[in-house]
Amino acid sequence: MSLVEISGLNVGYVRHRHIQPAVTGLDLTVGQGEVVAIVGESGSGKTTTGNALIGLLPSNGRITAGSILVDGVQTARANERTLRRLRGSTIGLIPQDPMVGLNPTKRIGAQIAEAVKLRGIGGPAVPRQVLDHLAQAGVPEPELRARQYPHELSGGLRQRVLIAIALAGRPKLIIADEPTSALDVTVQKRILDHLGGLVREQGISLLIITHDLAVAADRADRVVVMRQGRKVDEGDPATILTAPREGYTRQLIAAAPRLAHHGQLQAHFDVRDEPAPDPILTLTGVGKTFAVDDPRRGRRGFNALEDVSVTVPRGRTHALVGESGCGKTTTLRIALGLESATTGSVVLDGTEISGLSWRGMRPLRRKAQLVHQDPFATLDPKFTVRQSVTEPLVSFRIGDRRSREARARDLLDQVALPAAYLDRLPAELSGGQRQRVAIARALALEPRLLLLDEPVSALDVLVQEQILRLLADLQQRLGLSYLFVSHDLSVVAEIAHTVSVMNAGRVVEQGPVAQVFSDPRSTYTRELIDAVPGRRAAA
Amino acid sequence: MIRYLVGRVVQAAAVLWAAFTLTFAILYLLPSNPMQLQLAAAGIQEDSLTPEQYAAMKHRFGLDESIAAQYWHHLTGVLHGDFGDSLTQQVPVTDLIGARIGPTLLLSVCAAVVSLVAGSALAYLATFVRRNPVRIVLTRLPALGASFPQFFIALFLIQFLSFQLGWLPATGTQGAQSLIMPVLTISVVTSSVLAQVLIKSFDQTLSQPYVVTARAKGLSRTAVHLKHAFRNAALPAMTILGVIVGLTVTSSIVVETVFTREGVGKLAQEAVLAQDVPVVLAVVTLAATVFVTVNLIVDLLYPLLDPRISHTPEVVPV
Repeated sequence: MSLVEISGLNVGYVRHRHIQPAVTGLDLTVGQGEVVAIVGESGSGKTTTGNALIGLLPSNGRITAGSILVDGVQTARANERTLRRLRGSTIGLIPQDPMVGLNPTKRIGAQIAEAVKLRGIGGPAVPRQVLDHLAQAGVPEPELRARQYPHELSGGLRQRVLIAIALAGRPKLIIADEPTSALDVTVQKRILDHLGGLVREQGISLLIITHDLAVAADRADRVVVMRQGRKVDEGDPATILTAPREGYTRQLIAAAPRLAHHGQLQAHFDVRDEPAPDPILTLTGVGKTFAVDDPRRGRRGFNALEDVSVTVPRGRTHALVGESGCGKTTTLRIALGLESATTGSVVLDGTEISGLSWRGMRPLRRKAQLVHQDPFATLDPKFTVRQSVTEPLVSFRIGDRRSREARARDLLDQVALPAAYLDRLPAELSGGQRQRVAIARALALEPRLLLLDEPVSALDVLVQEQILRLLADLQQRLGLSYLFVSHDLSVVAEIAHTVSVMNAGRVVEQGPVAQVFSDPRSTYTRELIDAVPGRRAAA
Repeated sequence: MIRYLVGRVVQAAAVLWAAFTLTFAILYLLPSNPMQLQLAAAGIQEDSLTPEQYAAMKHRFGLDESIAAQYWHHLTGVLHGDFGDSLTQQVPVTDLIGARIGPTLLLSVCAAVVSLVAGSALAYLATFVRRNPVRIVLTRLPALGASFPQFFIALFLIQFLSFQLGWLPATGTQGAQSLIMPVLTISVVTSSVLAQVLIKSFDQTLSQPYVVTARAKGLSRTAVHLKHAFRNAALPAMTILGVIVGLTVTSSIVVETVFTREGVGKLAQEAVLAQDVPVVLAVVTLAATVFVTVNLIVDLLYPLLDPRISHTPEVVPV
């Protein structure tokens, strides 16, 4: 008998006295020591399945039919007592976002100790086991970390702590819900490697829930593809990738650049032999220093950027890639004049902007506009689409009511949204639609340059694909230039002409994407490329 | 950290000074004749005085100085703990307040403690209970409590507990029994305000991913609620604590008047009616001091309760 046997499972959420189905007729098994991945977009029911398994559905979630057997115990419609006995000791959970998965007011050690004590361990054995679990999860200096608070740890370390908590219950099954989506690629690779090793060593079954088919294909023994609450495809990774039964699976493969090109990161544009057009934005020798006032280590200087030189040619896309904390967002803020550089010069469309006052900067703001990472936070929830899109025009006193209305319709048309959306509020739009509105707003002032800060990383793969296509199309039609910040090399390969790879506040490599990605000269770039998931597909 | 402390203390002092100055300005703009009040209190007929005598009296009371000089006089006096003499009763204001502060302090402290306990308990229950009707009633209760005027609650309590049941004395300052109804009157409102903030905060905290992590460990709901949710939920509510303690002090004016308790609140009410400017000035300054002190304490406690403030290095551009 398998460790997990789900059959005919229906789960729904109660909304306005009706049950909206989230999972329909799901059959799924996870064997002893097996690694299974559920792949799907947001709303596919993958997370609901995981929550139902561990009995942690939100209060409006209902299991309406079917059965879930975990280690021989029925958990569908089981009472809290039965579920509590399973949680931690039979099923462990590694939650989605390590940045918010730990209690901010409790020390790391205490949070792991809770899980250890639930096993009936007491006394001096508790701290010893806490340190053991931390070390097992690959946390360096466990004694120090146990005494720290979550916010003092990086995202990668916090995810390792969450793994330690899951391990501390000695479970037979670990559910990992998007365990690394919030992390950098190299950290993601290291953590997934480590987790994979641990479960194999200890014979734990692993259920990975992910939106990323490449991650699933790299890590799992068996891949299950879900869409709109139903299982649409299932099989071992090689079969899924080479002979997908469903059109939907094929779409997912096509949207994962590395899978589509047999494990290669293939640049979409090759500008190796073309002369670069004259630049719209040039950063030369830019440096930025912060003073850090650490209560324990005293005051010290910290160089966020050192001697960064970046050029964005007209009509092209220059990408800044690197891991979190490498300085790419600071570079972007300096390019936009939101932050001033400590040293160096910034020239936007022929004008030196470093040292300009807020007032002096204002006319230049029309030339460069920003699109944010999070489409859910970038729009004012109380503004209709019309208000959001026309706000820049109102702010610069351009046109009257009627011409602004016409412009708003134009702009929506440019980002392929129907004019009927003008009266909608952000809450009525999907993530992809919101990002389209954000792009329309950025285009309102007819800028020459768009600064795009991770514009697709919060979106589902298929939606990512659509937004990238829209951006490429806009660039061609309007002659726009982009400075594109991303941590995702596969996205960069798709949209950018040239790239700067950043690490610890410095540019380590620069050049056409086609050259840098196929023949990286720095070891850091090579490490980044190796960490992009989807390599197993090549084999 | 030292800079943070000094900054907070300086800020508190500035607020106090501003409160004093504003009160002084308002009181001296009032259409009143302090000489008349002084003379009436001393039992002297204004008509019986010669202009020379009148001027001499005016000089004695310090009322012949310019307003700026009077302000300076008062301010330096206050810094030395001297609020001058009451206009209507010929005693130092500090003595008057000293005699009345005991019952008010007792009332405020009791009301603050009861509000804290009752508000937290209500919020805890309202978010812990899973049965829907009970939950709805509990979460709506604070809105009801916060919207009753205090004099209404006081009159209701007197009518019910004193006149009908005869359990408690309707008025007076004597004994613990006389404290019960005034404390109840104040805490119905303040505990409701606290509960409202806490319930909202609890709801937000309980939807945080780390609560899921805690439950996935196998912890019981009680343990999750107490060990994980409570402290995090209490943090945003801390800021309202200063307001609540302040409310218990200012509420004493209404409550002491209704229950005829001999406290500072009643003194303030009497002083306002009699236009006894030095007393009013002193009471307002005292209330401001309590407000500022409590808020200062909250500000200083906050970093101790939230490690994200005390354990985070400060980053500033050079």
